Amino acid sequence: MTPPSNRLLELTGVGKHFGGVTALADVSLHIHHGDIYGLIGPNGAGKTTLFNVVTGLYQLDSGSFQFAGQSYTRCKPHLLAQAGIARTFQNIRLFANMSALENIMVGRHLRTRTGIWGALTRNAAARTEERATVQRARELLDYVGITCAHQTLAKHLSYGEQRRLEIARALATEPKLLALDEPAAGMNATETVALKALLQKIRASGITVLLIEHDVKLIMGLCDRVAVLDYGKKIAEGAPEEVRRDPAVIAAYLGGEAA
Amino acid sequence: MKINLNSTLFNAPIAIALLALPFIIDALFGHGWVRIADFALLYIMLALGLNIVVGYAGLLDLGYIAFFAVGAYTYALLGSPQFGLHWPMYVVLPLGALIACGFGVLLGAPTLKLRGDYLAIVTLGFGEIIRIFLNNLNAPVNITNGPQGISAIDPLQIGGFSFGDSFEWMGMRVDDVHLHYYLFLAFTLLVIFVSRRLEDSRIGRAWVAIREDEVAASAMGINTRNIKLLAFAMGATFGGISGGLFAGFQGFVSPESFSLMESIMVLCMVVLGGMGNIGGVVLGGVLLVALPELFRHAAGPVQQMLLGKVVVDPESLRMLMFGLALILVMLWRPAGLWPSTQRRREFDADDSVLHQEQETVYDASK
Repeated sequence: MTPPSNRLLELTGVGKHFGGVTALADVSLHIHHGDIYGLIGPNGAGKTTLFNVVTGLYQLDSGSFQFAGQSYTRCKPHLLAQAGIARTFQNIRLFANMSALENIMVGRHLRTRTGIWGALTRNAAARTEERATVQRARELLDYVGITCAHQTLAKHLSYGEQRRLEIARALATEPKLLALDEPAAGMNATETVALKALLQKIRASGITVLLIEHDVKLIMGLCDRVAVLDYGKKIAEGAPEEVRRDPAVIAAYLGGEAA
Repeated sequence: MKINLNSTLFNAPIAIALLALPFIIDALFGHGWVRIADFALLYIMLALGLNIVVGYAGLLDLGYIAFFAVGAYTYALLGSPQFGLHWPMYVVLPLGALIACGFGVLLGAPTLKLRGDYLAIVTLGFGEIIRIFLNNLNAPVNITNGPQGISAIDPLQIGGFSFGDSFEWMGMRVDDVHLHYYLFLAFTLLVIFVSRRLEDSRIGRAWVAIREDEVAASAMGINTRNIKLLAFAMGATFGGISGGLFAGFQGFVSPESFSLMESIMVLCMVVLGGMGNIGGVVLGGVLLVALPELFRHAAGPVQQMLLGKVVVDPESLRMLMFGLALILVMLWRPAGLWPSTQRRREFDADDSVLHQEQETVYDASK
């Protein structure tokens, strides 16, 4: 069966285990172009593992996934980034001792070309590219709403700003799919509202978003479709409202045979 | 904005000072010290090469002197009676740099998955392997002349002009040590120029990103394999150039010039001076070449004067003081004497905000 063309990412029977522990078992799901797709589940359900598989940090043990019409089983992270998947990390992984601006400029690495020769000679092409890189990085800082000095080191930013900077850095790679691993974790209510607005803005700009989140209210208010993982298996998928009423989901969250 | 190289290095007072330096040294301290200045420049080139690998990309390399050896032996084999080859300097030097660069990639490739201590151990082994090879490649076919080394190496010369000559110029005696100083200075400035340009570029940022967080760097689309190999290759190239100049200057190379101690010396220059900061690395190079020499000359007479006799052998005292100096600097200025602004901040206490484990992509994929 060929996937309908509106599917950006499609996982087919993806499995991943670590020694005897099965982190993902036969997970199949698909994400449509332009959606915000939520991935929820209790702790240890395999959400982050799924992320790491899709972004190439883990190699999957069975199954495969298709992204933008291309099929992958084993792939390096930088090639998936090249293909258009950008991510953030659950435990923020910025380049701590680089400035906010430089962090985003590193994100532009993929879409710029200057090599050794260009760096040494600083020829016209290299200078133009460097100017464009700085320019784009500034725009992205504004875009995600980081107002502090651009030369501030990443590690000196506030927690909420670090989260935003990670998103900006990911956006700098010009992704088709932006994968966010618990972007609202540790944020206060105001910051979460601002994040929600930012994600809607990103979606409106045509980028598909894959979101892991614990904040159910955020997920319900934001996502077009949601999948629920439990013990490495997908137990439900669909519109947020349907999923919320799914008995299996309720059981997974509340434990045992809850109503 | 970074300070423009042209405005800092080539401003007139510094340029004049650098040009007059060998004659000032000659007049004040004597001929031997100009020679030491020449060596300082060679070591600065080495340290700047290692700075790319260790300072920018964060790859701890303990066998760096191997590339110096490769450059030196390339020059020695192709420009000496050993094989009766007397290729010109402008062929042999770039060739030596190229071969060293090749060895850099050769060393880099199998160590890509390693980090920190493990990388240090493997590179240390590589450095020793090269030295032992050079020591033993005299049988069954004599290539390197073994422990005797290669002597009567051609002096550095371009066309008919030899840097080994001396002549009178405007009433001043210009010797080989002066001429070599200018040649080495030119190469050192070139290496500084290249370092600076790379540091402040897309490539340099990728190196620092890998140092900061390799997993995140790869997730941002940086091909960590290629960028790391590039760091090894660039560092090795500088080492190879310095090695070729060393061979031509010295006229003699033997494996014992390339011991582990030398690797550690160069690393000390980088760490002591200030990792990742070109100025700091230059300072480290100057200090670690000049101070031990100063000590060697001073230790005997000072003891004689204070105690009436030489109690401790100046040579062993020198190492003692060197060790002490290292400990003191590491205690009080852990980021080096003249750290890059980035590194200085790294050693600041307020690191708690953003703590991340330094695992590699390869750890993550297990």
